[in-house]
Amino acid sequence: MTPAKANGRDGLAGRPDLAAIAAWVRPQASVLDLGCGDGLLLRHLAETRGARGYGVEVEDEKVIASVANGVNVIQADLERGLWGFDDGSFDYVLLSLTLQAVRHTEAIILEMLRVGREAIVTFPNFGHWHARWQVALGGRMPVSDTLPYQWYDTPNVHLCTIRDFERFCAGHGIRILERLVLHGGRPVGWLPNLRGSLAVFRFERRAH
Amino acid sequence: MSPNTRPQPSSVGPVVARRLRFDAPLRCRSGGTLAAYDLVYETYGRPNAARSNAVLVCHALNASHHVAGYYADDPHNAGWWDNMIGPGKPVDTDRFFVIGVNNPGSCFGSTGPMSTDPATGKPYGSTFPLMTCEDWVEVQARLADRLGIRRFAAVMGGSLGAMQALQWTISYPERIANAIVVAATPKLTAQNIAFNEVARRAIVTDPDFHGGDFYLHGVKPKRGLRLARMIGHITYLSDDAMMEKFGRVLRSGSIGYHFDVDFEVESYLRHQSDKFAEYFDANTYLLITRALDYFDPAHAHGGDLSAALAGASARFLVVSFTSDWRFSPARSREIVKALIDNRRDVAYAEIDAPHGHDAFLLDDARYHAVVRAYFGNVARAVGADGSGVAVELPGEPLARRAASDALAGGFAA
Repeated sequence: MTPAKANGRDGLAGRPDLAAIAAWVRPQASVLDLGCGDGLLLRHLAETRGARGYGVEVEDEKVIASVANGVNVIQADLERGLWGFDDGSFDYVLLSLTLQAVRHTEAIILEMLRVGREAIVTFPNFGHWHARWQVALGGRMPVSDTLPYQWYDTPNVHLCTIRDFERFCAGHGIRILERLVLHGGRPVGWLPNLRGSLAVFRFERRAH
Repeated sequence: MSPNTRPQPSSVGPVVARRLRFDAPLRCRSGGTLAAYDLVYETYGRPNAARSNAVLVCHALNASHHVAGYYADDPHNAGWWDNMIGPGKPVDTDRFFVIGVNNPGSCFGSTGPMSTDPATGKPYGSTFPLMTCEDWVEVQARLADRLGIRRFAAVMGGSLGAMQALQWTISYPERIANAIVVAATPKLTAQNIAFNEVARRAIVTDPDFHGGDFYLHGVKPKRGLRLARMIGHITYLSDDAMMEKFGRVLRSGSIGYHFDVDFEVESYLRHQSDKFAEYFDANTYLLITRALDYFDPAHAHGGDLSAALAGASARFLVVSFTSDWRFSPARSREIVKALIDNRRDVAYAEIDAPHGHDAFLLDDARYHAVVRAYFGNVARAVGADGSGVAVELPGEPLARRAASDALAGGFAA
């Protein structure tokens, strides 16, 4: 296997959600990246923000790629909880483009806020007009750049819209600190739940 | 390096073991002392000018310094981790200078219970000091001194060997850049100790044991050793792996209604244990299982493993195997957790392999890919770039093959 290109910045090309995360993370922060894939986000955060941390990944090939990229990767299944990480032990817990593919979505978000002081998630917005269009008028499950699967082979089991996620937060004592909605790599300001295909949220547990 | 330019992995070829004398006394944690001792070791690859590319491989219960390659007069006797170490292999001897050493107390050439005590002119036997992982690591550091190695690029091992790698990060944090800790545990469970105790009882209750001084009687407690090996061997394999390998197959094809060998698995265990009892030393078995029992770096810190590892500065690769019920993944996770608590660099792979504890010796593609990827970064970090130079190694070359039958068996946990 050839390790992915060494330069973290190049490694994030084509992943605007990761670039957004990188922009939000404070310098020298401690970071836990759930579903870290080949580890390039962590590597990028280390190189550009001086951030240190760990990635969690379940798939063998991605663990191997993360090791090759010199990342602290812990092979574990998110669905079984975050063993090894104490309460409030990280500045940020990240989950990029994975939320929609996990089974225990609610438990994982709460686990992120147990371990991290703040959490950052990115997910494809099912409320994007194109998705709505395909369901409403085409009568078919949406397929797009951010949702590139057919209904029968998709790993996505918990798709949601921006409005769904915000309602979830309101109902779970979660305060949203920052929101960025993107389409085609560009921010969307007006009618984000209709015009945005990718959502990025930073949030924390509301004080009791 | 892309796959088409990487040379095919191959054997390091014929190797020569060396015996090196140490005259400074070793004061063991048990209170005993070895006034002087020999270590037998082998090396593969070449050190670079800075000697920054050295990798120490620590052995487990019944393995030795013969880690890779083969002996010219015994070409079928491959080293016990030959699939891991060699040119183009996960630990690439074209870049790293790899060292295997037989720990004192073992029975493959280094000073052990069957060696002659110069003070009495008789075998040490029951008077050989109990040794611990701390003692072995101290001895290995002295070997490093003699080889001119200030800091190891990596210390690696599986099972008991992994405990030594872990101990290195505690005993000599400034002398180890990376620890590769495979199929490990930070301490034995009560069940682990119980299995070891059954094995030891089998040996010491053998009428040929003579309190450990059987050498003087010209006998060996082979019955005890066989039983010890049988019980140990069962713990190295998974239920599934044994079922896969033997099932309920009968030797003669039908049930014999007797208490002799009827099932294949019985035949296998007897054969393996017979071989083992021929080459292995009973006192060594007692000593090494005790070293396993006593290993518990957290003990001195009120049971707090994170505190025990607070002084460690190495980077870690920890690997466990899902079907290992002897040292299960949960034990490796304790190590990983303690390292995360200390914000140490650690990568952890939990390999879904069916073979049980012995998986660490086997050629699993994912396992080897992880180790290969990790050592690729180690090589870049320490300047292991293939610029090794030929050096004169200290110690007397051993012309004869060392305990060759011993090492052909395979299972080295």
